[in-house]
Amino acid sequence: MQQAMIQFWEGLPLIVQINLKIMAILTPLMLAVAYTTFAERKIIGYMQVRVGPNRVGPRGWLQPIADALKLLTKEVVIPTNANRYLFLIAPVLAIAPALAAWAVVPFDDGMVLADINAGLLFLLALTSMGVYGIIIAGWASNSRYALLGSMRSAAQIISYEIAMGFALVGVIMAAGSLNVGEIVMAQQGSVYHWFLLPLFPLFLVYFISGVAETNRAPFDVAEGESEIVAGFHVEYSGMAFAVFFLAEYANMILISALTALLFLGGWLSPFEGILPESAFAIPVLGWLLDSGIHWFLIKTAFFLFLFLWFRATFPRYRYDHIMRLGWKVLIPVTIVWLFVAGVAVAIGVGPWFA
Amino acid sequence: MTFEAFLFYFFSVVLVGSAVAVITVRNPVHAALFLVLAFVATAAHWIMLEAEFLGILLVLVYVGAVMVLFLFVVMMLDINMSRIREGFMKLLPVGIVVAVGMMVVMAMVVGAQVFQVEPPVPASADYSNTEALGQLLYTEYVYPFEIAAVILLVAIIAAIVLTLRKRPDTRYLDPAKQIQIRREDRVRMVKMESEKK
Amino acid sequence: MGTAIRQFFKTFLLWELLLGMKLTGRHLFERKITVQYPDETTPISPRFRGLHALRRYPNGEERCIACKLCEAVCPALAITIESEQRDDGTRRTTRYDIDLFKCIYCGFCEEACPVDSIVETHIQHYHFENRGEQIMTKDKLLAIGDKYEKEIAAARAVDAPYR
Repeated sequence: MQQAMIQFWEGLPLIVQINLKIMAILTPLMLAVAYTTFAERKIIGYMQVRVGPNRVGPRGWLQPIADALKLLTKEVVIPTNANRYLFLIAPVLAIAPALAAWAVVPFDDGMVLADINAGLLFLLALTSMGVYGIIIAGWASNSRYALLGSMRSAAQIISYEIAMGFALVGVIMAAGSLNVGEIVMAQQGSVYHWFLLPLFPLFLVYFISGVAETNRAPFDVAEGESEIVAGFHVEYSGMAFAVFFLAEYANMILISALTALLFLGGWLSPFEGILPESAFAIPVLGWLLDSGIHWFLIKTAFFLFLFLWFRATFPRYRYDHIMRLGWKVLIPVTIVWLFVAGVAVAIGVGPWFA
Repeated sequence: MTFEAFLFYFFSVVLVGSAVAVITVRNPVHAALFLVLAFVATAAHWIMLEAEFLGILLVLVYVGAVMVLFLFVVMMLDINMSRIREGFMKLLPVGIVVAVGMMVVMAMVVGAQVFQVEPPVPASADYSNTEALGQLLYTEYVYPFEIAAVILLVAIIAAIVLTLRKRPDTRYLDPAKQIQIRREDRVRMVKMESEKK
Repeated sequence: MGTAIRQFFKTFLLWELLLGMKLTGRHLFERKITVQYPDETTPISPRFRGLHALRRYPNGEERCIACKLCEAVCPALAITIESEQRDDGTRRTTRYDIDLFKCIYCGFCEEACPVDSIVETHIQHYHFENRGEQIMTKDKLLAIGDKYEKEIAAARAVDAPYR
């Protein structure tokens, strides 16, 4: 049976194979995005001592599907003086990089769509391209609020990208590779081998700039409901609006997944090297304790939860404070720690840099 | 036609088309966006030449950072196109002379041999373009590299010094000072006896 | 100096942020206070001022004597009364309209009524589908009073010691 399946798979043309693989990544991703919106409303509700959506389906579990249906059936209004083509292409530009970045994300050992050498650079390049969707949306809407939102977002993303890039340089130095899979394998050993410990400041900087890069609270000045209505997507309605939201949540999941991969050893189990080898031989429990995709998903879910927790906790940053934090705090911190990491790599501090 | 050749011609058409559009479209924002498209097409070409590090870097630096700032400025400015177009016919002869001169110089430097090279030999799977570039930059070309870095640093500092000025009449809040406020400085807890009934 | 160092570490260890997250994190597990409205409702006070009603005496005679005190006291001028003498010599209303769009539910009419005829009941779920339906005529008000007499009387009895 298995043999036949493999034969069938290899008999398919390459283009079909690639498309099937892409679908295998994107379908769960889109589902995850839909249910992240649900989780967000539920968790923020719970933190505000409410219960959140609970009317559609059992305990509200069909809420994201109802939302999607509602948005699908709504009209996409195009403002009269808007730039028609740019207005419609902006949501596509926002979501395309967010989805394309998943090509180089490894889910398990070897479980990756495109195992390219410069994977980390590819990710950085794509996350920096996501800003075009926002800028073009703001400009093409021909609305003052939208333009203000996109200007804020452009300045913010450029500023935090530098800190983010520097934080990644630290990871590259420690791992000695740009390939995401190899970076994870460089953390093999035990919990103490993860880059979280030696690169803790860089981890903080990376996650904070990740929150800023995705325009999430407390860095959501690009939307800033209380100041500029809804920022860059005021003029959008229906599915075009929904695509912006899909992009935002896909980016959130991407940043969470990357944080898990780069600093917390991706699919590696925290019990690795701590429990005796025999523990991993127990039928079901052993598989759960051993490294695998489930650990990657758990770590990603944890960071995703942090995103929502931040949103429920912190008030929005003022604009000049955002700029100060990016340029005067995060970048100096990364530069200092890059120096520390460089020295550590040069003298080979174990177990990370040996 | 192989798939590679198809990709080459596809990206070439996009590149040339968008490059022409950059200088012909009337709207400056559209011109900047076409420049972005040209950069992306160039990056695709570089990646097909197995220079994936340079290609991705082109997207990261030029598309991701430089052009965003460029767009930022272009969107904020209210550029009057009719003013810019003034004297177009008067300057056209000079422009043509400069353009022809540039073409001649480029033809002399680049020459015909560049256009007739063999396609690059596909590198082995474990060959890392990034590593090769790093090896070369930090050994053979280490001095030019460092000098370029110093020049860039000087340029950064110069740009900051040239634009840094404090106008005395602006009301400016220093965020650094603001966040150093502690509760003890602002709030005084007063304990009061409750009134007798 | 000591405080400066403490400030430095507090800032870079994100101490204040962690305190904030502790607070919201604690509330995540707290008992939720949401009232699932259509399924559950909060208790209603016997003094609740909802839809109006005209009451009758136990023998079926309507209480209202057309004294027009409620019409006089109504701050929103929502009540319109017309009256005439009946064959048995008593004065009764021929028209008793309350415009619910004008009414501000202050309860003054109920306070003013010498015979406890006009009352504001506990009914809070009602709606109008057509223009004109918001005028509560005498028939409608009497019908409401007949339907909810038991509840109205109970609420008045509970509140009586405080009046």
